[in-house]
Amino acid sequence: MSLLSKIINTGVVTEKLDATSAPHRFRGAMRAGKQDCGACMACSETCPTGAIVIQNGRVQVNDKDCIFCGRCIERCEAQLIKNTGQYKLATLSGSLTETAGNELRKKIRRVLNRSMHIRHVDAGSCNACDFEMAALNNPIYDLQQYGIDFVPSPRHADLLMVTGVVTRNLTQALQMTYEATPTPKLVMAVGACAAGGRTFGDSYAIRGSVDKLVPVDIYVPGCPPRPQALLYGLLLALDRL
Amino acid sequence: MEQEKIWAGDLQAAAAKAYDNGRNSLVAMFANDERQIDGHFAIYCIFSLAQTPYFKILKAQLHESEPLEFPSVVPVTSAAAWYEREIHDLFGLKPIGHPDLRPLVLHENWPHDHHPLCKDFDIHTPVPTVSEEYKMEYVHGEGVFEVPVGPIHAGIIEPGHFRFSQAGENTIHLDAKLFFTHRGIEKAVEGLTIDKAFYQAERICGACTASHALSYSQAVESIAGAVISNRARYLRVIVAELERLHNHVGDIGNLCAGLGFAVGVSNGARLKEELMRLNELVTGNRFLRGLIVPGGAALDITTEIAHEISRMLRAIETDFIEVLDLLRENDAFLDRVNTTGILPRQAALDLSVVGVAARASGISKDMRRDVPYAAYQNMNFKVPVYTSGDVAARLWVRADETIQSIRILRQALAGLPSGTLRVEIPAIKPYSSGFGWSESPRGGNVHWLMIGEGNTIYRYFVRSASYANWPAVAVADPGNIIPDFPLINKSFELCYACIDR
Ligand code: SF4
Ligand code: SF4
Repeated sequence: MSLLSKIINTGVVTEKLDATSAPHRFRGAMRAGKQDCGACMACSETCPTGAIVIQNGRVQVNDKDCIFCGRCIERCEAQLIKNTGQYKLATLSGSLTETAGNELRKKIRRVLNRSMHIRHVDAGSCNACDFEMAALNNPIYDLQQYGIDFVPSPRHADLLMVTGVVTRNLTQALQMTYEATPTPKLVMAVGACAAGGRTFGDSYAIRGSVDKLVPVDIYVPGCPPRPQALLYGLLLALDRL
Repeated sequence: MEQEKIWAGDLQAAAAKAYDNGRNSLVAMFANDERQIDGHFAIYCIFSLAQTPYFKILKAQLHESEPLEFPSVVPVTSAAAWYEREIHDLFGLKPIGHPDLRPLVLHENWPHDHHPLCKDFDIHTPVPTVSEEYKMEYVHGEGVFEVPVGPIHAGIIEPGHFRFSQAGENTIHLDAKLFFTHRGIEKAVEGLTIDKAFYQAERICGACTASHALSYSQAVESIAGAVISNRARYLRVIVAELERLHNHVGDIGNLCAGLGFAVGVSNGARLKEELMRLNELVTGNRFLRGLIVPGGAALDITTEIAHEISRMLRAIETDFIEVLDLLRENDAFLDRVNTTGILPRQAALDLSVVGVAARASGISKDMRRDVPYAAYQNMNFKVPVYTSGDVAARLWVRADETIQSIRILRQALAGLPSGTLRVEIPAIKPYSSGFGWSESPRGGNVHWLMIGEGNTIYRYFVRSASYANWPAVAVADPGNIIPDFPLINKSFELCYACIDR
């Protein structure tokens, strides 16, 4: 009885993609002003993941590597770097880009548009990216409302969502999972580790970003990407935004 | 802190004395290549003592000209087993008399003669990929069969390989091959400045972010003699308890997934999501990254945010208690969790198990109470202890602790003192070492650091709660049916990332 009343009293909690916005303290992507900064290099030296390059006096932040730590904002004396609160940062690559040809892109989208199945592969993450993927299954994001679902086996999957800097010890499993996935298949690199591969610097145990091992079609920056950032990436890939 | 220097050849005898027939326990054991400093390798053993001073450290030295071996501590306490395999992998020091010297963190893809934590191993050395067979342990016998599972699993979970030896539905032996996502963070941070290395420390494990940030920061502060403000201490307690809250609530929901109780799963996931949103409001990150930093706190908790936390606590508390009632009065649920996956008290003691798993097997230990840090000495809370050691006990420990966390949060918010947020970390004398600790949602989490020239990291060692507790899963599982494994595993709820640092 109390089971039923709990269900009824809780009601429907499911939200659409843009129902809530990120709170004020969420930093999001870093952007630098267009003006010449004098290139003191303070920001690039302080960045723990090497996400900043300075070229011709212009600061460029590479979203794929950035962990939104905010150190560069603190160190930039000219106050040129600002955080934008932006988290919809997914970009397309590989078979989803213009250059891959419209035919292929259309075919993939035609096949996957209404129903896409995902297999998760943790290739060396801290597990936060993975928890955010799991959160897509919670009743609030309810991924199934978009016809997208997680499946237990790569044999049933259309998309691999890979997290983490690929470790030596997981290399073989990642490659085997990729091969076991039927074509046409997509790969999403989830988070700074998978997309940039610089989160843990250089180590004997790390092979680097996912695209060093298997072709990547969607990059979703963030450390970790918020569930809505993942959802945005999925819908962007399917051209359903 | 008491530190006793001995010769490595005497390690076993000295460890036996420190262990005192199980009155004390082994907290951590690790090596350090100090050849550049004084020509020795060092093996450190940290023991926790039954009375003050809470810790004792043995530093066993081995001169580089001696054979690279030491008498294994495993005959004294089985808790040493993993540590010594890791020392063997990473430094090439051989524990003589160790019953199982298979590689641990470096898998069969790694050649035997490279020891990456030695100072003369350059991080850019190209290491060939070899492929040897990794021997899993299993039971032979008529009718006994093996079930291999993983490393890639069916759910959205981390990778590990399990090998069950089965007699019918009953598991009679379980061997686990873990460390698939070993990232070599301890080496990667060597040479980085303290404040840069911090971002890797904070990212060892997402679920235990605050705890890792705390242990690391406290290690740095204790070595540097830096005193942080009272306000920062309280802020740290708030963040650490928010972390316990989202973990415990989420873990209780996940446990329901282990037995297919959908209403429990959904409600757990819903409550967890609300807490993650609160985390993001407080720190700008759903996993609480960015507030706890060496020297204090990088962000403040304003009156507005404090109100929001209090409001959320009120809502969550009632909701959570209602969800718990659904479990408590559900016989089908209780039938699955009671007497399943028992970890006997003695086994927990022998393996120096920590945290929730220890407290569910009748061992009352909690670093927040036993060796208070941050502002825990000013907090009034109970440490729940259950004695049945089964899945149910681990569940109820978490449930009770959730209520205690809410209580601690209320006290910390009400008593939040004024003060500066952050102090500078002064220049540290090279080769000073020390450690910091915290009680993560899974148990005691210890970070040891040796600082090099110019406030850089010389050696970093991390012993998370999951590292201490994983071997206990292989003890608790046999005797249960194989469909209960997910349930048992989830009741321990250990992180792979925490051990794969
Ligand atoms: S926010 Fe942090 S990681 Fe991102 S560019 Fe700035 S310093 Fe680098
Ligand atoms: S990108 Fe960040 S959150 Fe994701 S696995 Fe890496 S460290 Fe963890």
